[in-house]
Formats: sequence, structure tokens, C-alpha cells
Amino acid sequence: MKADPKGVLTGSHYLDGDHACSEGALAAGCRFAAGYPITPSTEVVERIAARFPLVGGTFIQLEDELAASIAVIGGVWGGAKALTVTSGPGFSLMMEHIGFAAMTETPVVYIDVQRGGPSTGLPTLAAQADMMQARWGSHGDYRLIALCPNSPQECFDLTLEAFNLAEQYRVPVVVMLDEVVGHMTEKVVIPPAEQLEVTPRRWTDKPPGEFLPFAPREDLVPDLCMFGEGYRFHVTGLTHDERGYPAMNAPTQERLVRRLVDKIEKNADKILRWEEKDTEGAEVVIVSYGITSRVAQRAVEMAREKGVKVGSFRLITAWPFPHKRIAELSRSVKSLVVPELNLGQMSLEVERTVAGRCRTIPVLHAGGAVHRPEAILEAIMEVAR
Amino acid sequence: MSEQREHPVNKFLRMDRMPSIWCPGCGIGTTVNCFTRALTECDKDLDKVAVVSGIGCTGRVAGYLNLDSFHTTHGRALPFATGLKVANPELDVVVYSGDGDLSAIGGNHFIHAARRNSDILCICVNNFTYGMTGGQVTPTTPEPAIASTTPYGAFEPTFNLPHLAASSGATYVARWTTFHVRQLARSMRDALSKKGFRFIEVIAPCPTLYLRRNRLGEALHEMRFYKEKSVIKHGADTREAALDYRGQIVVGTFVDTRRPTWLEAMNKRMSTVLGEKFVPYALPTREPKV
Ligand code: SF4
Repeated sequence: MKADPKGVLTGSHYLDGDHACSEGALAAGCRFAAGYPITPSTEVVERIAARFPLVGGTFIQLEDELAASIAVIGGVWGGAKALTVTSGPGFSLMMEHIGFAAMTETPVVYIDVQRGGPSTGLPTLAAQADMMQARWGSHGDYRLIALCPNSPQECFDLTLEAFNLAEQYRVPVVVMLDEVVGHMTEKVVIPPAEQLEVTPRRWTDKPPGEFLPFAPREDLVPDLCMFGEGYRFHVTGLTHDERGYPAMNAPTQERLVRRLVDKIEKNADKILRWEEKDTEGAEVVIVSYGITSRVAQRAVEMAREKGVKVGSFRLITAWPFPHKRIAELSRSVKSLVVPELNLGQMSLEVERTVAGRCRTIPVLHAGGAVHRPEAILEAIMEVAR
Repeated sequence: MSEQREHPVNKFLRMDRMPSIWCPGCGIGTTVNCFTRALTECDKDLDKVAVVSGIGCTGRVAGYLNLDSFHTTHGRALPFATGLKVANPELDVVVYSGDGDLSAIGGNHFIHAARRNSDILCICVNNFTYGMTGGQVTPTTPEPAIASTTPYGAFEPTFNLPHLAASSGATYVARWTTFHVRQLARSMRDALSKKGFRFIEVIAPCPTLYLRRNRLGEALHEMRFYKEKSVIKHGADTREAALDYRGQIVVGTFVDTRRPTWLEAMNKRMSTVLGEKFVPYALPTREPKV
């Protein structure tokens, strides 16, 4: 279906990444948001707090991130599309509810504007060090979707997309910015509402009594209903059967948790997004994401000037990870160079995928600034020599 | 000759989930009984009543009630309920929580839900212990009660929950025991028809852990104790409603007032400042509103 024009700020704007996320959420039809202030992400909810009353949305600032991260889950079951936003320490606090959203198959969107950690770390400076936390941070086995914009325009596009994916797969989706992308101002073009595709909720058409809120369709994803419609259904974070009733035994656990994982892994080809340039015939391919992909671009140009055949591969979906494509690349290149603003996270996933078929060269930076392009260039030249 | 009559409570329960996990004599079931009576007597559309609970023995209430129900994470029933209510203001949202869930891990949410006057009825079954995990000390366990983590007796000062609720801004505050089934059901019914953050504390026995560990006898003895020690004082100053170990239990309706709920206050502010430009939140529907 098409976007509700009320929330779509059609036109050409100069926006920072945080504000572009707010507009992406509005365009997606998000009308409920809960938040707790934390640098460098607060601008997202500040804009939402200003914009929502003009378009029929409600924002609530809660007492902490624990509250915000579950209030949005409540909002979703009430029938709204909902969002919360945070950074580092707040993201740590939200982990329990990311798992809860995965377990209850709640279509909800979290935005994490990454800053330097661990702990309070670098509140105002960039890092990309929550990548593995997004994937593994909540206890137990689960899968979610994580997207990595590298520009304000993409903050708009991918926040909208995050809502669509959340609805399609009934899964929490995390938009993983970094402080630089969150605070950089660039042109953002917001198309007219009729050009924006919005995924509606998978409302069941079964009547109460026949509907099983956790019985999957062929794509392994169940349909849903909302509170107040007469279904009188139950939702729990306990291991549950298709009715949603607690069933704490090994066979139910196997069936449920396996499906929560499979519904993302088996649909990965439909979920995955990446951007690839000049990988054909390349000796070296840079695998990067977020702000680092823009610094890497400069390194690629510098290497080209030196006559090295370099390609680039930009992760847009960090989770699920494009295992198949990276494995293919590993068969044709000498090395994959992975720059990131952490001391080894997505590079580990690359390394694991490549399984020794080519070299993986991480170019690691602890955060607080971005790489010097020369540091990435050096890694490229190391292979080319 | 004897016709089979269905127990009046049954239609409010998920009979396919019975028997419950609760121990014989546990007070939680009594409160659920009263709650179903309140549901019968109030004129609510039950399709629009949602029950939310956290974790623990009381946390299981949501799963047994034949209503829209959500069993959330430990301590977080209130913020979940706040989100649910704000996103779907048509619902009557009831939070069912135990003393540990509500006042320890969820304590911060409790005072803030009361302060902002979230439009929620919050029922707390206070049995002075964490039942599900084996009888540990909670913020309401009085000195010198024995709990598994205070084997030599509890010694920390306790929360006086009605006072905490009232001083944080709750618009309706009552306390009963599971001996006062009629009063409790009436209180629940009244509270269901009111607005704002409404709080009912129910003193209830946990025979398996709290009573046994403190050698206080069976649930039946406890009912006798509640009967003897309770004093009904409607309108009592909640400061005087603190509980101690085996002392007097002040019960009654302590607060019954009205002030704008979070949603009313928000709508008023937005209308005042934005006038015609303010677009109030519309109830979610299945139809795309395009
Ligand atoms: S442990 Fe205590 S609170 Fe829990 S069900 Fe048994 S009696 Fe009730």
C-alpha cells in the first residue's frame, strides 16, 4: 500500500541523519514513539515530538530505556506502528526487550545511533561497535534485522524500510547509525506519498476462535491481530505454542526457536540489501558499512590511481549477513579488506564466511573519529604488492 | 436431577489452561475470583479489557484470564501497559503484579506511572515474598520475617505501597486482604469505572513459602489473622497505613480523586498551543487510512 500523505514531508530538504530517520518513520506510518534522552540519538525523538502532534501521532518520554523499549511493544499490540531510539548505554538496557520482541514476534523498530563504548565511552563521537551486540546482545537464540545507512538520505529510506521489514517478518528491526551519519547534514529527497511503498500489518482474516496468533504461514511468519478486537488472545515471553500459551518443554522450544531463526534465515534472500561496485575482476574488495563506507570510497579512488583493481561491497543489511555473496567473492579475490570503527566485529563475520579461501584484512579503529583513507589504502596495497 | 451449572467465574478463565500453577491456598486465585466478579458487575465491553502482567506467581494471572492478555518481562508490565493504552486509548488496561515485580525491579515505573497518571488500573498482590523463585525477601517483607535470602530475618525498612502510590499521584488507592472478598471485588469494580492511575493492594497469603517458612500455619489461619488484624479506615492518611510484621492491617479506600490523565493532559496542552493545527491521535484500524 502507499504511504499516508499526512506523514510524508515531500520535497527536498537539508537534514541530518537523525532527523531523516524521524521523517522516515513518519512516512512509514509510525504514529507512536517512546524515548529516553541519550546523545547522539535524541534528535530523532525531538523531531518526532515536534512533528507528531501535527500528523496524529503520540510521543511519550519515559523514565528510562527499559520503559521505552517495552512501551513501544505495547504500542504495537495496541495496533500502532512504533519506534524507539537510543545509543550505546541505552541500547544495552534495551537488550532484554529486543529478545522479548523477537520472542513475541512484535514488528517494532529500534534506532541505535552508535557512539564510542564500552560504558559511557564517547557520548558525542562515532563508533560502529554495537554491531555484534545488535546480533547477539539479548540472551537466547534469536534473529533480527539490522540496517546500516551511510547518509541522511539513506537514514530516511532505511527507516521506512525498517518498518516495512518489521511488518513483513514480524521481527524487531534495528537501524544502526553511527554518530557521524546521525549528525551529518545533507540533501534528503522525500518523494510524494504515492511513490512510497508501505507494508501493511499482516492482519489475520480469521475470526476469533479460529485464529492462532503464533501459527506461521508458508513464509514461516504468523499473521496477527490487535488488542481490543475480540480475539482474547495471550502473548508471553515464555516458550509458547501456536495459541500463544506457555508450553515449557523441549519440543515446543525446538519448534518455536527454530522457526524464529528460520523465518529470517530462509527469507534472507528477500531481506538482504547491499551495494556492490567494480567487484568483477577485482583483486581486492573493501567490505564496509555506514560512515566507514564513505571513507573507504576515498581509499578505493587512491588505490585505483595506483593501478590496483579494487572493488567495493557495502553492507546495507548487516543482519542477516550476506554469507552467500561474500563467500562467492572470496573465491575470486585475493583479499577482502574490512575497515570498521571497532576492534573487530563485522570483520569476524567476513572472516568466518570466507573460511580461509582468501585473506581477510580488518582495518580497525577504536572510534572517536573516522579512519584516515590512507590506513585503508595501506591494507589494499599490502595485498596488491 | 441436579443440572450442571457452569461456575460463574469459568467464562472469564481460559479453561483449557486449568488447573493453574498456583499452590492450594495461594491468595492469588482469590484475587482473580474477585476480579472476575468485578468484571461481571462493571458494564465494560470485555473485548476492550486487556490484562498485562510481569513475572512471578502473580505474573501468571494474565495467562489464565480469558481476555486480551500480555505476559511481559520482569517489572515492566506498567511501561508496556502505558504504551498499549496510549496507542489504543479505547482499551481498559489492567496491570496485575506482585510485590517484587512491581515495587523492586519495577519500582521506578510504578512511581512514574502514578506521577504521569497513566490511565491504568494496577492491582498488586502483596504476599511479602518472591514466590516463583522460592521465597526471597522483597521490598515489602517486614522485619523479622524469614525469607530464603534473609535466613536470619528481614531487616530493611519496607515500602508502604498505598502511601508510595498516593504520594506519587495515584488517583485511586485502596488496600484489602484476601479475607475481604466482597469489598475487594467492589473496589475492583469501582476502580474499573474510574480513570487515571488506580492502585489496589491486596494482602494475600503465600502458604507454601512465606507462611510455612515463618511457621504461620495454613492459609485458613491466615484468613483468621486478616480478619482479626484488619481495620477498615476509608480515607485514612496513607502514612498511617504502613504494615509491620503481624501487626494491624489498615484496609479501605484511601484515595479517590480525579485529575487529568497523561493523555488528557497531553491533548489539552497540544490543543492550547497548536489550536487547529493539532491532529489528535486516531485509534489504530486495520484499514489503511489513505
Ligand atoms: S509459591 Fe506462594 S505465591 Fe506462588 S503460587 Fe505458591 S503459594 Fe502462591
